[in-house]
Amino acid sequence: MQVIEQVEKVAAQSDVRKVLKLHMEVGEVSSVVPALFTDCFDWAKKKTKYLQQAQLEMVILEGISYCQDCKQTYKTTAYGKQCPHCGSQRTYLVTGNEVNIKDIEVV
Amino acid sequence: MEKVRTIQLSKSVFEDNDREAACLREFLRERGVLLVNVMSSPGAGKTSTLIALIRALSRHCRIGVMEADIDSDVDALRVARETGCSAVQLHTGGMCHLDAAMTWQGLRALGLDGLDIVFLENVGNLVCPAEYDTGALLNMTILSVPEGDDKPLKYPLIYEKCGLVLINKIDTMQYFNFSLQRCAENIRFRNPDAEIIPISAKTGENIQRAAAYLMQAAEKIKEEKECRNKVTK
Repeated sequence: MQVIEQVEKVAAQSDVRKVLKLHMEVGEVSSVVPALFTDCFDWAKKKTKYLQQAQLEMVILEGISYCQDCKQTYKTTAYGKQCPHCGSQRTYLVTGNEVNIKDIEVV
Repeated sequence: MEKVRTIQLSKSVFEDNDREAACLREFLRERGVLLVNVMSSPGAGKTSTLIALIRALSRHCRIGVMEADIDSDVDALRVARETGCSAVQLHTGGMCHLDAAMTWQGLRALGLDGLDIVFLENVGNLVCPAEYDTGALLNMTILSVPEGDDKPLKYPLIYEKCGLVLINKIDTMQYFNFSLQRCAENIRFRNPDAEIIPISAKTGENIQRAAAYLMQAAEKIKEEKECRNKVTK
C-alpha cells in the first residue's frame, strides 16, 4: 500500500497520465513474498488514479552477509548468521533486505 | 503513439516511515518523554504486563497508554479501568502493525502534558512491527514461557531491534520444557546488548525490577533534556 501511495504521489506531481510499469528491487531476505505482493498490488491498483494498468516488475536482490572476523562475504540464505569460512557469528547483512522502488514508466 | 518516459525514484519503501519516526524521536527527546514500544506475539501478556508495570510505576511517575489493535477497544478500557491512567485505543483497520504516522496520531489524542512514560502497545505480531519504526525511544519485547525458548531464533528481527526483553509467565515454567538460560543465549546471539528480565505479570515476580529499569530509562531521557536546555541557553 505504501508503494502505491508513494507512486501515486510522484505521478500526481509529474504531470503523468498513467503509469505503465513499476520496477522494484526486493531483497530475498526482506520478508516480501513476491507472488503475494504482486497479488496485493493487482488488487490495490484498481482503486488508484494513475496505476490502473500498471505492471509490477520485481528484481530479486541476493542476500549477502559480511563477516567482521575473516572479512569475507557469503550467501545469507545458505548459512544464516554463522560465517561458513571461519565459523564466527559476528556477521551482518550487507544486501538482501531492500524493498526499493526503482523507477516507473509513464505516459 | 505517446512517448513513454521513465521517472527514477530509487527510494526505499520504508524511507518515508523512517524519516517520520526519526522526527518523532527528536520531538520526544525535546519533551523528555520516554515512549516505549511494546511488542510480542498475541497472548504473550502485553496488556497484563503493562497493567502490572503501571501499578508499580504510577507512584513515581505519570503514565499514558496507547493500545493498538486491529479492532475493538477492550485493551484500552481494561488498562484505564484497572490502573486509572489515561489510555487511548488506536485502530489499525486491518493492518498488522503500527507505523510512525499512526503513533503521532495516538500521541496527539493522548496529549503529552505532564507525562513521563508513554507505553505503546503494538499489534500482537512478531514480524511486521519489527520492520516499521514507530519512533519510540525504547523497544520492549515480551516473550512468554509457553511460546518456547527458541522463539528468538525464529523471529530474529524483533529481538535485534529491542533494548529490553521481558520473559513473562515464569510461574508456569515447571509445566513447559523451557530453559531461561537457553532463551537468554538465543536472545544474546542476535542482540548481545539486550537487557533480559524474567517476570510474571500474574504473581508480580520481578515486576519491580522491570519497573526500575524503565524508571531509570525515563530519568535518563529527562536528564538528557535538561542537558540540552543548558546547552541551548
